[in-house]
Amino acid sequence: MKGISDALIEDTVVELLAMAVTRLPADVEGALQRIFEEETEPASKMQMKAILENLELAQKSQTPLCQDTGIHVFFVRLGPKCGDIEAIIRNAVERGTKEIPLRPNAVHPLSRKNPGNNLGVHMPYIYYEPGTEEYLEITVMPKGAGSENMSQMAMLTPSSGEKGIKEFALSTLLRAGSNPCPPVLIGMGIGGSADICMNLAKKALLRPLGSHNPDPAVASLEKELFGALNSIGIGPMGLGGKNTLLGFHIEHAFCHTASHPVAINIQCWAARRATVRIFPDGKVVYLTHQKEGR
Amino acid sequence: MAEKHLKLPVSEKDVRALSAGDIVYVTGTLYTARDEAHMRALEWIREGKELPVRFDQGALYHCGPIMKKEGDGWKIVAAGPTTSSRMNGLEAEFIERTGARLIIGKGGMSKTVGETMKRFGAAYLAFTGGAAVLAARRVRNVGGVHWLDLGMPEAVWVLDADDFGPLTVGMDAGGKSLFEDVARKMEKNAAEARKLLGIG
Repeated sequence: MKGISDALIEDTVVELLAMAVTRLPADVEGALQRIFEEETEPASKMQMKAILENLELAQKSQTPLCQDTGIHVFFVRLGPKCGDIEAIIRNAVERGTKEIPLRPNAVHPLSRKNPGNNLGVHMPYIYYEPGTEEYLEITVMPKGAGSENMSQMAMLTPSSGEKGIKEFALSTLLRAGSNPCPPVLIGMGIGGSADICMNLAKKALLRPLGSHNPDPAVASLEKELFGALNSIGIGPMGLGGKNTLLGFHIEHAFCHTASHPVAINIQCWAARRATVRIFPDGKVVYLTHQKEGR
Repeated sequence: MAEKHLKLPVSEKDVRALSAGDIVYVTGTLYTARDEAHMRALEWIREGKELPVRFDQGALYHCGPIMKKEGDGWKIVAAGPTTSSRMNGLEAEFIERTGARLIIGKGGMSKTVGETMKRFGAAYLAFTGGAAVLAARRVRNVGGVHWLDLGMPEAVWVLDADDFGPLTVGMDAGGKSLFEDVARKMEKNAAEARKLLGIG
């Protein structure tokens, strides 16, 4: 089978990064617009107005909408033969940092030294999935620290049941308060092991707003938690208001009979994600964004 | 709720005249400082070394901007606020030692910082988190950079701003905090949420 060229993948990933940091997917922008319309207090209305104006300015000027362009987490579904995908993505991140530009955020965890190119050990981080399709699929999630820092995980006891999950969700949201740039999207993982659970919480953030977990019991818990927590009163940017959440997504995995893991990964209102499919014939299809010239 | 346009530097009197909820625009020099710059500034002050900038002559901005090198200078790309609560443990001493009277950030700061603001005469101004292009548009000129060895986000950037805002007075020098008001309401609403979730 004919492989996909390294250069095409690299150029496409630079484009994907640029799209992700300059424009939000339509579902997120739509939710922000709806919240702006629903808010009635001057304080929360002003915050939502600034958010929408900023989105427009960022799109027009093709500038990163938030200065925190995050650390770069990639989700790759490997289809056809391609080269050293990790090396290609690292090149693209280094180029994107200069060309877009992105803020160099990645530092050594102890020395805090910043190499200035968003590259380091395990950074960018890439999750791989084997695919059987004819295309290579790449998703990038530029994840800012304000929301990421408010993430939590707990190994509950099985006897605490759904009640334990609900208590955990409420206390995590109260503890995060104004810090993660609300309105936020909550990604929750339930089940698995500690590492699997947090990974599920992150993956839950990639789902489009309005979607639900295919398991009816999990979907019902998503709706229940969204309904109860959206009206908690934190409001846009923590200055009070009707809406605190963009959505509440849960992903689940079976777990050990003695375990009851639950994790929350928080996403700020700038819920950035971008996905592309690259085909062996060179065709490139963006799933989350309309392609515009840069 | 008043709308005010302030020129930097501000006097203690100007700051004490601000009330939580007021909308403020500031013109003058903003100095960015996050975790690393706070730590280094305090270290230098304790060692008796002079800081490269005077935080009392402008406003302290919790911000790590994206900057682009252009010739000898820098062009600002995006410059929204960062989470202020990360500096909670450093800010009280920072205010007392540097004389910073206006702190711009997002999300608010702790009660301890609020008490220092009240005693000293300082206020906290909230800008919309993530609104980085909007913020950059209000910066007329990048006056320079210090401590770039800390990396682009953690360096001290000198930003000359025109009518930087809209900023909401989140914590005033009288000890009132909008964030604490919201937190109190949130605790009350939490009881309602518990009932809805059947965990009351």
